[in-house]
Amino acid sequence: MCSSRLLALGLWLIAASASAAPAWEALGKPLAANEIASWDIDVRPDGVGLPPGHGSVEEGQVVYDTHCASCHGTFGESTDYLALAGGVGSLGTATPQRTVGSKLDYATTLWDYINRAMPFNRSKALSVNEVYAVTAYVLNLNDILPADAVLDERSLPQVEMPNRKGFTQAHGMMRADGKPDVRNTACMKDCLKTPPQVSSALPAGFTHQLYGELGPHFRQFMVAAPAAAAPTPAALAASNGCLACHAAQQTRVGPAFADVARRYAAVADAPAQLRQKVRAGGSGVWGSALMPPQTTVTDAALDQILGWILAGAAAP
Amino acid sequence: MQEKTPPRGRLRTEPSLAAPPGRRLFLRQLAGSAVLGAAAGAAADPLPVPDSAKQLGKPVASSPYGQPARFEANIIRRQSPGLTRTNESSIAFTPLQNLFGIITPNGLHFERDHAGLPDIDPVQHRLAVHGLVAQPKLFSMDDILRLPSVSRLHFIECGANSGMEWGNVAVPTVQFTHGMLSCAEYTGVLLSTVLDAVGVDLKRARYLLAEGADGASLTRTIPLSMALDDALLVYGQNGEMLRPENGYPLRLVVPGVQGVSSVKWLRRLEVGDAPWHTREETLHYSDLMPDGISRQFTWIQEAKSVITSPSAGMTLLDKGGYYEITGLAWSGRGRIKRVDVSTDGGRSWHTARLQEPVLSKALTRFRHDWVWDGTPALLQSRCVDDTGYVQPLLRQLREVRGTRSIYHNNAIQTWQVAADGGVHNVQL
Ligand code: HEC
Ligand code: HEC
Repeated sequence: MCSSRLLALGLWLIAASASAAPAWEALGKPLAANEIASWDIDVRPDGVGLPPGHGSVEEGQVVYDTHCASCHGTFGESTDYLALAGGVGSLGTATPQRTVGSKLDYATTLWDYINRAMPFNRSKALSVNEVYAVTAYVLNLNDILPADAVLDERSLPQVEMPNRKGFTQAHGMMRADGKPDVRNTACMKDCLKTPPQVSSALPAGFTHQLYGELGPHFRQFMVAAPAAAAPTPAALAASNGCLACHAAQQTRVGPAFADVARRYAAVADAPAQLRQKVRAGGSGVWGSALMPPQTTVTDAALDQILGWILAGAAAP
Repeated sequence: MQEKTPPRGRLRTEPSLAAPPGRRLFLRQLAGSAVLGAAAGAAADPLPVPDSAKQLGKPVASSPYGQPARFEANIIRRQSPGLTRTNESSIAFTPLQNLFGIITPNGLHFERDHAGLPDIDPVQHRLAVHGLVAQPKLFSMDDILRLPSVSRLHFIECGANSGMEWGNVAVPTVQFTHGMLSCAEYTGVLLSTVLDAVGVDLKRARYLLAEGADGASLTRTIPLSMALDDALLVYGQNGEMLRPENGYPLRLVVPGVQGVSSVKWLRRLEVGDAPWHTREETLHYSDLMPDGISRQFTWIQEAKSVITSPSAGMTLLDKGGYYEITGLAWSGRGRIKRVDVSTDGGRSWHTARLQEPVLSKALTRFRHDWVWDGTPALLQSRCVDDTGYVQPLLRQLREVRGTRSIYHNNAIQTWQVAADGGVHNVQL
């Protein structure tokens, strides 16, 4: 009895520890080394990850002319897409030119990027040897490799890039507790010695030329954008032909808009009623003359015109 | 820190003639009757009963996945003309000028793709985790959704946000100056949970390589310290699955770190002992200093703020009167402690109200009451985070970093209010 109770306790303990095991750790399926090979394409500066293979500058020119020149230019000079050559020595000047030749510290990065991302429209289409070859060619375009060079998994990490010493990790932005390089103070009063001067603004016309009308970038009913281009309701009435038969203050073929405003002053749904009438046309309210159906005016313009009429059709 | 009741009556603004007519009419009548009623107590026009009150509306689920009102059709992400050479490796900016609070709606989250928008079936999608681990593993989306989950609010800001403005004013609205910035509630799995599930080798492991499943197979080195701290493997954004533009079905979110580290369409994590020096952390996303040396691994997004309303491109139609100044503040190092607002170009500052919640590495909304006297004004905001760091002036940043570094421009932004009410992007 005593032993059976102990046994029961033992079983319970086993069950409890099994259910307390963090079962989620078991999720995911084991991954075999050969399975990951096709995805594991990254290459490090020390050459770890480079597959065996080779390619010459000469072979690279063929690859380049076939797969790359259309976008990057015959000599890697394209400014439509990114230039792949030039700019060596320019990084410390007022017009730095960042290219794979002028800025990269390791040639392995060039290999890795071409291998994973180029050609832009058909990435991963090149064979390993083609990537070695075209990498050699791009380095040759940058005068980093001679015309008779051949690259393989051993020589590529040895290529000496012009900007090898051009990077620093001595700055405060690698860690959340890093030391900032700029110190401002939270002054609250009399903070400026001289009145603030605007030193830069967009040249007149620039925004409109590049971005068009900015009005739609904002919610109109809150704080509106410049109204310059919008036609007035009176102008809409003219451009939609209403003024052929109507005038603001005088009766013509149709009633004066000021009279319309007076007649409908107390009618709650005047806008809706008149919208329907103008759309359908008709006669008999003001006399026997007929208003033809007004079909070409847009809903938006008509609402604006009717709003103006009902408010008394004041001159703009 | 406490939210006061905001003053009332902000819609007194006369709508502009550029307004959509239906909307304009509505507001004109609203404003008109209010003014008449208040002025004389005299005979005002009775308020028109709107058509909507007299009709049967559409049945429910007319739009099974809801869309914004048709009047909101212009509230959209936009590209900045001429910024990028292709539309596939490009950027669509969030319209910060149109948004409220701190959450970016999923359809407006900024989008940065490096080889176009991939179309990924979650049933086929896999995440491989390998390298310096006890048991390399392949996770299906089913596996990942079964892992213990968390939800966190965080901002994502591209390292190049405001990068066009290092040298001079270059773009016309806050959408383009600051719109590579969004904030969402992300749901997923702590990266540390996944690293536990594969048994990461803590003795040797120092870095992670994160790789996307897009045509660029974009790769970034992530320090293990960040991976084990608060980095997230994310599938949920604001209550639904990620949008394709933001990495569907799986992305990394590395809080407080420049956006490119939050690799989208994540398909592989490799654990290693040295950084990889990928193209996106050497040739690009490294900050060129005036001496020609580039700062590498500039991960942290330092504290920054911007006024979103009034902001450039808007016009203040009431020449003088009350306007609420409101905007956003954030820090990659922690919480926002304070935001100050100046309306005189930095001569004097006033502490703004912070809207709760104020969360670490998330956007914080601030507000400040302003009665414009109708004369030209220069609006600025300046934030302080809980490390005590004060958002710098552009001049101070330039003194150290020059004007060619592209990345990490967190300077105080100035909006100029002209006497005619026009608001413009300027630098002092
Ligand atoms: C259809 C046009 C196109 C073709 C073809 C093409 N590229 Fe590119 N390449 C691009 C674009 C666009 C980028 C920039 C991508 C980005 O910024 O994310 C680029 C970037 C690069 C870069 C990085 C340059 C830098 O400064 O960041 C290299 C290197 C490169 N391409 C090499 C090649 C090679 C080698 C080939 C041929 C095998 C090739 N490209 C074919 C369009 C193309
Ligand atoms: C060809 C002449 C003609 C044109 C063009 C015309 N109207 Fe009229 N309109 C009339 C006449 C005639 C009447 C009087 C109809 C009646 O008595 O019912 C009228 C009546 C009206 C009324 C008052 C309707 C009522 O029932 O009280 C409004 C409002 C009006 N027009 C607006 C417009 C607008 C807006 C346009 C342009 C989009 C326009 N009209 C174009 C001839 C015209």
